[in-house]
Amino acid sequence: GTAAEALVGQVVLPGDLLLLPAHYDEDAEGERLRLSAGTAPQGRLLCGPGLRRSGAGLLVTKCGLLRHRPAGGGAYWVDSQQKRYVPVKGDHVIGIVTAKAGDVFRLDVGGSEPASLSYLAFEGATKRNRPNVQVGDLIYGQFVVANKDMEPEMVCIDSSGKSSGMGIIGQDGFLFKVSLGLIRKLLAPKCEIIQELSQLYPFELVLGMNGRIWVKAKTVQQTLIIVNILEACEYMTAEQRKQALAKLSGT
Amino acid sequence: PGDTSVLAGLYGPAEAKLSKELPDRAALEVLLRPKVGLPGVLERSREQLLRQTCEAVVLGVLHPRTAISLVLQVLSDAGSLLSCCLNAACMALLDAGLPLAALFCGVTCALQPDGTILLDPTARQEQEARAILTFAIASSDRKVLMATTKGSCSVEEMQQCLAAAQRAASTVFQFYRDSVRRRYSKS
Repeated sequence: GTAAEALVGQVVLPGDLLLLPAHYDEDAEGERLRLSAGTAPQGRLLCGPGLRRSGAGLLVTKCGLLRHRPAGGGAYWVDSQQKRYVPVKGDHVIGIVTAKAGDVFRLDVGGSEPASLSYLAFEGATKRNRPNVQVGDLIYGQFVVANKDMEPEMVCIDSSGKSSGMGIIGQDGFLFKVSLGLIRKLLAPKCEIIQELSQLYPFELVLGMNGRIWVKAKTVQQTLIIVNILEACEYMTAEQRKQALAKLSGT
Repeated sequence: PGDTSVLAGLYGPAEAKLSKELPDRAALEVLLRPKVGLPGVLERSREQLLRQTCEAVVLGVLHPRTAISLVLQVLSDAGSLLSCCLNAACMALLDAGLPLAALFCGVTCALQPDGTILLDPTARQEQEARAILTFAIASSDRKVLMATTKGSCSVEEMQQCLAAAQRAASTVFQFYRDSVRRRYSKS
């Protein structure tokens, strides 16, 4: 295998073995002696998506660019392009209600199983005050349970009981699907694409980590223009995007 | 070489039918469609070979009770079809982002009547050969995942073909690496 630091920012393929620097091994052996460890970096190494621990190193399981974050003990992960979503705890997603089964709604989140959402998991919902959810509605929520062995469960409130933007998404608007890599790019702080689009028309935007985007602008035509630009953003470079937006704001 | 092409599509991990789902791993299914006609026994046996090869590298334990479907459509056949299917399957798995323990590639060797070894034979060379051997070779330590033979050959000849195939596998893995690099350089 090759050293992990040498490959940061480069393409890695499944089967590549990454070797970690020696001081991480000392940390693993010295767990019992943690109080006396002074020079080794504090905290454990986080092994993110696309990597698995294997012996003394990390085995790459997905192809993509290797990324590293040195803060908090260090984290390595693989930035890969994917269209299929796999539920992860804590992710905010857009789900479509497919069925009501007693006290629980079944939502399609684009994974291998439908997720469940209890009717009490909305802000201000009680047994007498039920939320008005119909089959076919769009819901923006987050996962509280999402592992490979159990059915995923969603809620529309956070840990303090507030909705903080989650819940039923209003009428009208347009829902479409993009790749997961584009969503991550759009969710980065100070995303250029969103800033440029907001100068074009005012619009409402909900981004789900499962690749789904909901857009609503004043007229249907403006909504469709924004949808086309967002879909095309995946394959356009920054200059092509600026040209397209300049053409639209000019006409 | 260059005229055999196969189109591969991968769907999954998706919901599996109750009769087909496995409790601890993903259920992998391969469908091979020939260029003309309906799939027959030859396609079925090739599907099983591909399925067993893919199951050896896909980390199915990360997605229990799901179904992964791989559909291969033969666009043109000019020899070495099975190894073309293997390469297409590996690229589909790579592109879809499924977790893999290693990559694999397919190499076909034709053993001619005078004993020389030809790699990636054309249809004509396959017909004239004494034996045709197809190997699926993994990227980790060049281990053999699958070997299938049509015709007869001695054990020494098979060892020689295997060594030649392992050397040729490096070229295919370098091609995978270059394709992935090109794809990620655009973003």
